[in-house]
Amino acid sequence: MKISMVNVTKRFGTFAALEGVNLEIQSGELIAILGPSGSGKTTLLRVVAGLEWPDEGAVQFDGQDALSHSVGERNVGFVFQHYALFRHMTVFENVAFGLRARPRKHRHSEAEIRKRVEEAAKILDLTEYLARKPKALSGGQRQRVAMGRAIVREPQVFLMDEPLSNLDAKLRVQTRSQIASLQARLGTTTVYVTHDQVEAMTMGHRVAVLKDGFLQQVDTPRELYDHPTNAFVAGFIGSPAMNLKTVPLVDGGAQLGGIVVPLTREQIAEASKDGTKTVTVGFRPEDLDIAGNGKVLEKGEADDPGFSINVELVEELGSDAYVYGTAELGGDQERIVVRTEGRHVPHMGDKVSIAIRKGQEHLFHATTGERIRV
Amino acid sequence: MTALPVTDLESSAPPACAIARPRKADAREDPPLVRRAIIAVAVGFLGLFIVLPLINVFAQAFAKGIETYLSALRDDDTRSAIHLTLLVAFTSVLLNGAFGLAAAWAIAKFDFRGKNVLITLIDLPFSVSPVIAGLVFVLLFGLQGLFGAWLAAHDIKIIFALPGILLATIFVTFPFIVRELIPLMQEQGTEEEEAALSLGASGIKTFIRVTLPNVKWALLYGVLLCNARAMGEFGAVSVVSGHIRGETNTMPLQIEALYEDYQSAAAFAVASLLALLALVTLIAKAALESRVGKD
Repeated sequence: MKISMVNVTKRFGTFAALEGVNLEIQSGELIAILGPSGSGKTTLLRVVAGLEWPDEGAVQFDGQDALSHSVGERNVGFVFQHYALFRHMTVFENVAFGLRARPRKHRHSEAEIRKRVEEAAKILDLTEYLARKPKALSGGQRQRVAMGRAIVREPQVFLMDEPLSNLDAKLRVQTRSQIASLQARLGTTTVYVTHDQVEAMTMGHRVAVLKDGFLQQVDTPRELYDHPTNAFVAGFIGSPAMNLKTVPLVDGGAQLGGIVVPLTREQIAEASKDGTKTVTVGFRPEDLDIAGNGKVLEKGEADDPGFSINVELVEELGSDAYVYGTAELGGDQERIVVRTEGRHVPHMGDKVSIAIRKGQEHLFHATTGERIRV
Repeated sequence: MTALPVTDLESSAPPACAIARPRKADAREDPPLVRRAIIAVAVGFLGLFIVLPLINVFAQAFAKGIETYLSALRDDDTRSAIHLTLLVAFTSVLLNGAFGLAAAWAIAKFDFRGKNVLITLIDLPFSVSPVIAGLVFVLLFGLQGLFGAWLAAHDIKIIFALPGILLATIFVTFPFIVRELIPLMQEQGTEEEEAALSLGASGIKTFIRVTLPNVKWALLYGVLLCNARAMGEFGAVSVVSGHIRGETNTMPLQIEALYEDYQSAAAFAVASLLALLALVTLIAKAALESRVGKD
C-alpha cells in the first residue's frame, strides 16, 4: 500500500514536532525514518498510525484519505518501542488479541485463530513460549511477540517505533536482518523509525532524515552518504562523522590551512551569494589519508602537499585505523578524523601531513548549510 | 547471598587483637536487652490498645449470655441499621469505584488544565473533619440550607434521609479507590491501550480486556479500604442522619444509641458484628496482599 503525507504539521503546545512534512512511501517499500531524539520521527509514525492527529495536512493510504479513519480501522501493525505487550495475557493471547478483537461478523473461528497464531509463532520461533506470560520472556522474545501480534492480522502497513532499541548489540544485529528478510518476504509497506544510522542504512530501501520536525532528505542510503543535501545530513550520516569545516573563500577556492581547495567559478558564486565570505567544506574520513607514507614532520617542515594535524588519538581496527587530530585552520584548532590503512599508523603526539582525495570534497553554503552543487 | 565477611576477619585476626577488643556483634544488631524491650513495648502497646478492647467488645457482648446477644441482633431497629449500613457501604463502593476509575484515568493518562487542582481536591476528604463534611451537606440541602426551600417545595428529602447519609459517606470515602489507582495507572502509561486500539479493539473492549485487568488488584484493594471506612463512618453520617431509629441509624449510630440507653450488652453485640465485618475486610486485605506479592 502506498502512503502519502502531504504538508503534515503537528504541534504540541508551542513545540512543533512536524513541520510541513511531504513524504511518499511506495507500496512494498521499507522506509527508515532517521533522526536525533526529539526530531519528530515517532510523531510522524504515530500520525501515520492514527494515534495522533495532524494539525494541518493530509495522510493518504493508496490515495484515500486516512484521517477519517481511526487507528483500529487503518489496519496497521504497530510495533511499540517498549513492545506494550498485554502483561496479564499469555503469548498466545497477546498474538491472538488482534484477531479476537475484530467485530463478530469479520472474526475468524477459534480454530482458524489458533492456526494463524501458531503459524506466526513458527515464523518467529515462539512456539514453545506460547503459554508464557511476557514477564517470563527475554527481551528478544518479547520483541518477537510484539512482531507476531502485528503480523498475525496481515496489516497493510507495518509501523515500527525503534523496535530494537531495547535489545543488546548482538541480538540487535540478528533481529535487524530477521525483520528485513521478513519484510521482503511479506512485501508489506513498512515505516521503520530509528535513531541508529546503521540500522537505517542497512534496512531501509530509502532513508528519510528528520531534524526538528523538518524532513531533510529522503534518499537511498548510497545517495544519502554520497550526496547529502545539507551540512546536517552530511554530519549526521557516517561514523566517524564527516569532517565539516567552515573556511574562508579565496581566489580560486577555499583556504584550508596552508592549501587551497580548488573550486569552480560557479561554486564560488554559489557559496558567496548573499555576501558570505566563507564556505563549509566536508571530507569523509576515508577521503583523507596520511601523506608521505606517514612520515613524521620535523618542526618547521613544510606540510605540502596537504595540510597537517597533531595526532591526539589512534583507533586501530585491524584492517585500517582512525586517526583523530587537530589542525590549525584560520587560527582555530579544528578536529580532523582520518581513516588510514593499518600499515602506516602514526603515534599520539606526532605531526603528520594529510592528503585529500581529489574531487571528493562536499561543499555547503556556510550560513544556510545547503549543498553547493554544480 | 554470600555470608558477610565479618566472621572470616574475626577468625583470621590474631588472638591479641581479640583480647584487646571485646567481640563486637554485627553492627546492625542491638544488645539483646534493648531488642527485647523494644519488642515488649510494641507488643504491649498493640495488646493494650487494640487486642484488649477488641476482646472486651466480644466479652461484653456475650456477658449476658448468647440468648441476649442473638435477641439484640434480632431487634428490628438493629436489623434496619445493619441493612442500612450494608446498603450505604455497597452504594458508596460502587459509585466511588466508578468515580475513582474515571478520575485516575483522567489524571494518569491525560494532561489538562487544572489537573493539580483536581489532585488536591481528591485529597480534601482526608484533611477535612468528617463532622464538617456532614455539616456541608446540611448547609446545602437542609431546611435552612441553600437548596432547602426548593427541595421542600418538591418534596425531596436529602438531609435526615438515605440520600444525605449516602452523600456524606461517599464524600468521606472518596479518596480511597482513586488514590490506589493513580500511581499504578501513571506507572503503566497508555502504551498497552494504544496497542489494543491499533489492533482494532474498540474503546470498551480495550477498557475491559486491557485497562481493567491491569489495575484489578489495586482496584480491589481500594474497594476494601473504601468499604471498611464506609461501614464504620460515624461523624459525617451522624450530622446528616437525624438518628431516627429503624430508619436513618447506621450501625455505628445504632451502637451509640443503644449505649446511651444503658443497653450495653446490645450495644456491644452490634459493635461485635461491626468489628467482625472489619476483621473480614482485614483478612481479605491480607489475602489480597499476599496474592499480589505472588503475582
